[in-house]
Amino acid sequence: MIRFEDVTITYDGSVAPVIAHANLHINEGELALVVGPTGSGKTTLLHAINGLVPHFSGGTLSGRVVVDGRDTATHPPRELADVVGVVPQDPMSGFVTDYVEDELAYGMECLGLAPSVMRQRVEEIIDLLGLPEIRDRALASLSGGQRQRVAIGAVMTTHPRILVLDEPTSALDPGAAEEVLAALQRLVHDLGVTVVLAEHRLERVVQYADRIIHVPGNGAPVQIGTAADIMRTASVAPPVVQLGRLAGWNPLPLSVRDARRNAEPLRERLRSAHNEHRQTGAPIDTLAPRLLDVRSVSVAYGTKTALDNVTVTVDPGEILAIMGRNGAGKSTLLGTLVGLHKRSRGSVLVSGGDPADMRGPELISRVGLVPQDPSDLLSRDTVQAECHDSDRDARAPRGTTATILRSLAPDVATSQHPRDLSEGQRLALALAVILAARPPLVLLDEPTRGLDYLTKSRLVEALRTLAAGGHAVVLATHDVELVAEVATRVIVLADGEIVADGTTRDVIAASPLFAPQVWKVLAPQEWLTVAEVEQALGGVR
Amino acid sequence: MSTRPRWLNPFAWWAWALGLAVMASRTTNPLVLGCVVAVAAYVVAARRPDAAWGRSFRLFLILGAWVIAIRVVLGIAFGAPDGGHVLFSLPSLALPQWAAGVRFGGDVTEPALLSLIFDGVRLAAILACVGAANSLASPSRLLKATPAALYETGVAVVVALTFAPQIVGDADRLRSARRLRGRDTRGIRGFGSVAIPVLEGALEKSLHLAAAMDSRGYGRMAHTSDARRRTIGATFLAALLCATIGAYGALDERIPTSAMVSLLVGSIAMIAVAFVIASRARIRTVYRRDPWSTPEWVTASFGLACALAAISTAASTAMQGPTTLSWPQVPLVSICAIALCVLPAWLTPIPPDRGRR
Repeated sequence: MIRFEDVTITYDGSVAPVIAHANLHINEGELALVVGPTGSGKTTLLHAINGLVPHFSGGTLSGRVVVDGRDTATHPPRELADVVGVVPQDPMSGFVTDYVEDELAYGMECLGLAPSVMRQRVEEIIDLLGLPEIRDRALASLSGGQRQRVAIGAVMTTHPRILVLDEPTSALDPGAAEEVLAALQRLVHDLGVTVVLAEHRLERVVQYADRIIHVPGNGAPVQIGTAADIMRTASVAPPVVQLGRLAGWNPLPLSVRDARRNAEPLRERLRSAHNEHRQTGAPIDTLAPRLLDVRSVSVAYGTKTALDNVTVTVDPGEILAIMGRNGAGKSTLLGTLVGLHKRSRGSVLVSGGDPADMRGPELISRVGLVPQDPSDLLSRDTVQAECHDSDRDARAPRGTTATILRSLAPDVATSQHPRDLSEGQRLALALAVILAARPPLVLLDEPTRGLDYLTKSRLVEALRTLAAGGHAVVLATHDVELVAEVATRVIVLADGEIVADGTTRDVIAASPLFAPQVWKVLAPQEWLTVAEVEQALGGVR
Repeated sequence: MSTRPRWLNPFAWWAWALGLAVMASRTTNPLVLGCVVAVAAYVVAARRPDAAWGRSFRLFLILGAWVIAIRVVLGIAFGAPDGGHVLFSLPSLALPQWAAGVRFGGDVTEPALLSLIFDGVRLAAILACVGAANSLASPSRLLKATPAALYETGVAVVVALTFAPQIVGDADRLRSARRLRGRDTRGIRGFGSVAIPVLEGALEKSLHLAAAMDSRGYGRMAHTSDARRRTIGATFLAALLCATIGAYGALDERIPTSAMVSLLVGSIAMIAVAFVIASRARIRTVYRRDPWSTPEWVTASFGLACALAAISTAASTAMQGPTTLSWPQVPLVSICAIALCVLPAWLTPIPPDRGRR
C-alpha cells in the first residue's frame, strides 16, 4: 500500500538528512506505529506519505515514495487526497470551516462529489465515530477529544485507504484518548483502513500496533518490524514493556492484559518486599507558613464557571500534580496562582502575598509558570539573548540562566534560535528562564506533551532536584506515568471542583482511568513505577 | 413556519438588514431610528448563532455610541450657528484671517444640537443594521453561496475572518507570558513586543492551514483556464462596483433615480453574465447549499418593503427630526414597514447550533 524505496530527505539549509535510505513497505489494512525520540523525523516521515514533504515543505527527497501505485514525485498532496487522509498534530490548525458538519463535508466538496453522496457519507461517518450529539456544534466549542474525532471524520469522508495521524492522543486526557483510539480501532477493523500514526505516549497505543516503524533520528537507519520485536530493543518503551524486560517475560507483553497473565510469579517474588515502598514527599512541618495557600477560590469566564470553591495548600518540597479532563480547570488554576485570572471570590497567598497584586521582579521571585506552549515565554532570536534578557528581568547576576540551562540540558548550543530547538530543549530553556528568579513555587502546565521517554526522565530528575532543594512544584498534566514517577500528591479537578485530594498512591490507584500500567499489572500489590519494582527486586535478591 | 433548525440563506439576512439600513439613512426622526435599532436588536437576540461572529452586534452598538459622541462633540466645537434658541455658549476662539469660515466654540443653539444628535443616531442606526447582518449571516455560509468564480477570493476573505478571533487569543496568551517573565504588559512597549510574535504565529497558522487544505484536495477540481477565470473575476468586480454606486444612489436623494436604477440593472445583468460563464466550468460541489424558500422570501421581501417605504416617504416632513425639544411626528407608513421587519424573529428557522442542544 505504501512503499518507501531508498528514501533520503534533506531539508534546505541543513547538511545532514533527516531520514536516510529508508526502505519500508506498509501493507494494506495494517496499523503501523511510528516511534522515535523528539525531533527524529517522525513528522517528516508521515508527511512524505502524502507528498507534503517535499511538495509543501521544500527540501529534497531522493528515492521513491509510492502510495497505492501513485508516485508522490508526480502527485502533489491534493492529487492524493482521495487515497491518503492526513490528520495534523493540532486538529484545530487544520480546520477550514466553522461547524462540524461542514468540516466533515469539506474534503468531499473539494473532490467534487455529488451532494447526495456527500449527505450519505456524512451520516455514515457521524455514526461510525459517535458524533451525533455534536454534529451542529461550532468547532471552536468542542473538547480536545471531540476535535480529534471530527478531524479524523473529516478526512475519512473522502474514503481514503490510508489514514495518517500525528500524535493523535498526546494532548488528550486518558478518557478522551481512549475514545479516539476506539474510533481508530473501528476504522481498522470494520473498514480495513491502513493507519500510520506517530505517538510518544506508547503506553496508550503500542498494544494496537501491528508493526512498528522505529525512527532513531540523526540519520540512523529506519527500522520496521512487528511490535514485539521492535519493543525488545527500542530506545523508547512504555512501562509495561520495561516491566516485561525487567522480569524477563517471553513473549514480551505489549498490553496490561498480556502482562497480567504473566505476572503471577513476579507478584509472588515481590510479596516479601511488599512494604519497602519509596517514602514519597518530605516530612511536613505543620507550623511553618504555607508556601501556597488557596482558599475557596472561584473563577468565572462570562457565565461559565471555570473554578468553583477550590481550596488547596502546598508546602516546600512537595510535587503536586493536578489531573482532570480537558477543560476541567487545570490551566485556569495554574493561571490564578500567578494572578492571570480574576477571581470572583476567595484568596490566593503565595509566600504570604497575593500574586494578583504583584508585578515584575516581585512576582517572578515568588512564583514562576511554564505555560503549555513553552515558546510563549521566549521572544528573542538566540538562546544566548534569551538567557541574557532573563538575567536582567530576574535582577540575577549575569550567566545565571545559562548555568541553570546547562544543568537541565547540556546539549543546547547558545547560538541557536529557540524555534529550532527540540521540544525538550525548549522546555528546558523556558524552565531555566523561570528558575533564574529563584521562585520557591514552580508551576508547569502540561510539561510532557511531545516529550519522549528520555527527555521525560530528565525532566523527572530536574523536578526531583527542585523539590529536594526546598522548591514546591505544581504541575497540571494528563500523563499518569509522569504523575506516578514524580508527584507526591495529586488533586483531581472535574468541572472546576476538586473531587479528590490525597497522596499519589491513594488518588490514582483508586481510579481505573488514572492508574499507571505497573499498578494495573501488579494489583492488588501497590507498585507505581518500574523503578520501584526494580529497587524492590534488587533488595530481594 | 419555523420548523427544523437550519441556517437561513445569508443573502436573505443581508437583504433584510440593508432594507432597514436604507430606512435609517433616509430619516432623522429619532422615533423611526429608535424603532430600526430596536427591531435589529430583537431579531439578532432571537436568531443569532452561538459562534464568535454571532456576538459582533454588541461591538457595532458600541461603535455607534462612539460615532454619536464624536459627531456631537466635533459638531459643537466647529459647528455653525443656526439661529434659534441658544442653549449655552462656549468660549470662542478668534481664528486668524486665513482660517476664515472655520469657527471654533461660540453659541450652541437648540436646533443645531438636536440635528447633530439625530445625525449621529442615524449613522449609529445604519451601523446597527450592518452589525445585525454580520452577526446573523455566517461569513463561511456567505462564501458557500458565492458563485464559483469568486470562490478563491472568498476563501482568502473567510480565512482572514476566522483568523481575527484567533489572533486576539494569541495576543492575550503572549501578554500573560510577558507577565510571567516579570515585564510590563501595558503601554506601547507591551503592545509592540507582543505584535511581532502574534504576526509570526498567524503566519505559521496560515501555513498549517494551507498544508491541511492542500492535503484535503483544495484546488483539485479548478481546471479552469486562466483567461476564463480572469474574465469572470473582472465581470464580477465591475458588477459589484456598479451595485455599490447604485446602492449609494439609493441612500442619497441628490443622485437622480434614473441613474441609480440603470446602474443597478446593469450590475444585475453583469452578474448574470458572470454566472453563465462560471457555471460552464465545473469547479466544486457544495454540501447542503442553503435553500432559498419561504423564510428567505419573507425575510428579504420585508427588507425590500422597508426600503421602498423609506424611499417613497423620504420627502415627508414626518421623516425629519424635530428642531425643538418636542415629541417627533409619527410617520405611520414607515413605522409599519419597520414593524414588519421584526417578524423574521419568529418566521425564520432557528440556527442549528442554538436549536439542538
